[in-house]
Amino acid sequence: MGAPRSYRTQAVIIKQFKLGEADKVLTIYTPEFGKLKAVAKGACRPGSKLGGNVEPLTHSSMMLARGRNLDIVTQSQTVDVFPELKSDLWGMACGLYVLDLVDCFTVENNENRPVFELLLNALKWLGQSGDKEIVLRYFELQLLGYLGYRPELYNCGICSSPIKAVVNVFGFDQGGVLCPRCGGKETASRSLSVDALKTLRLWQDCDYATARRVVLKPQLASELEQVMQGYIRCLLQREVRSVAWLDELRRTEAC
Amino acid sequence: MARVAEPIAKLVEALGKLPGIGPKSAQRLVYHLLHTPNEEVKGLAEAILTLKEKIGLCSICFNIADCDPCPVCQDKERDHSKICVVERPSDVVALERTGKYGGVYHVLHGTISPGRGIGPEQLKIKELVARLQDGSVSEVILATNPNLEGEATAMYLRRMVLSPDMRVSRLARGLPFGADLEYADDMTLGQALEDRREF
Repeated sequence: MGAPRSYRTQAVIIKQFKLGEADKVLTIYTPEFGKLKAVAKGACRPGSKLGGNVEPLTHSSMMLARGRNLDIVTQSQTVDVFPELKSDLWGMACGLYVLDLVDCFTVENNENRPVFELLLNALKWLGQSGDKEIVLRYFELQLLGYLGYRPELYNCGICSSPIKAVVNVFGFDQGGVLCPRCGGKETASRSLSVDALKTLRLWQDCDYATARRVVLKPQLASELEQVMQGYIRCLLQREVRSVAWLDELRRTEAC
Repeated sequence: MARVAEPIAKLVEALGKLPGIGPKSAQRLVYHLLHTPNEEVKGLAEAILTLKEKIGLCSICFNIADCDPCPVCQDKERDHSKICVVERPSDVVALERTGKYGGVYHVLHGTISPGRGIGPEQLKIKELVARLQDGSVSEVILATNPNLEGEATAMYLRRMVLSPDMRVSRLARGLPFGADLEYADDMTLGQALEDRREF
């Protein structure tokens, strides 16, 4: 007997684009199948049953039918629309960045349940009061860990000597901290203060309740952001598009 | 293999670039044109050329028009103190069809879309700010689509572009005519309930 013709799944809608007159192609992240592309037929029509249930930044419960090329969304019921994120410019930008990052780092039909749980939690954390920069950095670190890019923070990525409590270097190509002697020769790198190293080490292994207790001074927040962005850029070999929007809002102090 | 005459191949390729037209449809159109009277084909070619020559953007509202300023901006009967900000020229057509709006428009030509790398500088936002400089505008109606990108654009305009003392309104959100409550998404239904009217 072949696979069933339709299936039910939880999904976070990552992005969408219009197809033809009234259809939408959705990119969704599911716990069972990882990232998927599916067609929401007639979703652009005002009276569509799918309409708002398939907007990005929404957690939905979906019924999909197997299609020849792309699966077809037959039913969608909203579980959470994250209203706190959608009613705040900075919150929405952070939410879109989180979705963009998952989209950039994952491939289709590759199950990774922890990534789904992390994505859902990150969107919830972003909606709560608190420093959203902490959520973003914590999310980046955890996501990279689940995908096999966990940065090495305890031993030098070149000579393997234990990292001391001095100003070290984060080597993007090596994916971790380098001692000052080895790091000095690396061009794709950034200096890493003791505070930044301690924060990264804490966030790498703690839960979010502990991570959010860190008080980020602007200078430390900026340093951590630059380190993580440099590493992500090096892994993807390109810029994450929605970063420009976050930078624009930071510049204009909308956050 | 039979060789296709070059003019046919060229037109098939050109038509195939149009949205929704694949190679087979393009081929069908070309063979249809081959059997169409010369006058009709000439008329079609001239219409395409005229479209590109005569149609441009209005220098005030940036809507597509065959004259500058466009008829809406030229119309002295309209209320020039109200500007309705829309995403695309087709939105102007939709709003005009209602016959309920007597103000003028401003077409942004897109929305802020971080995932596609479209930021405020790629839209006609600077031009909107310039229009608001002389203080003659009393209300700005944000009529971007009620989706994530439309909301982001509207919020950006409200918070970063328009002065806090400017009267800014947003198109109402709620249930479309002919809709079914059972299938409405939570956000729309919630908004419809919050913004309910005396009946």
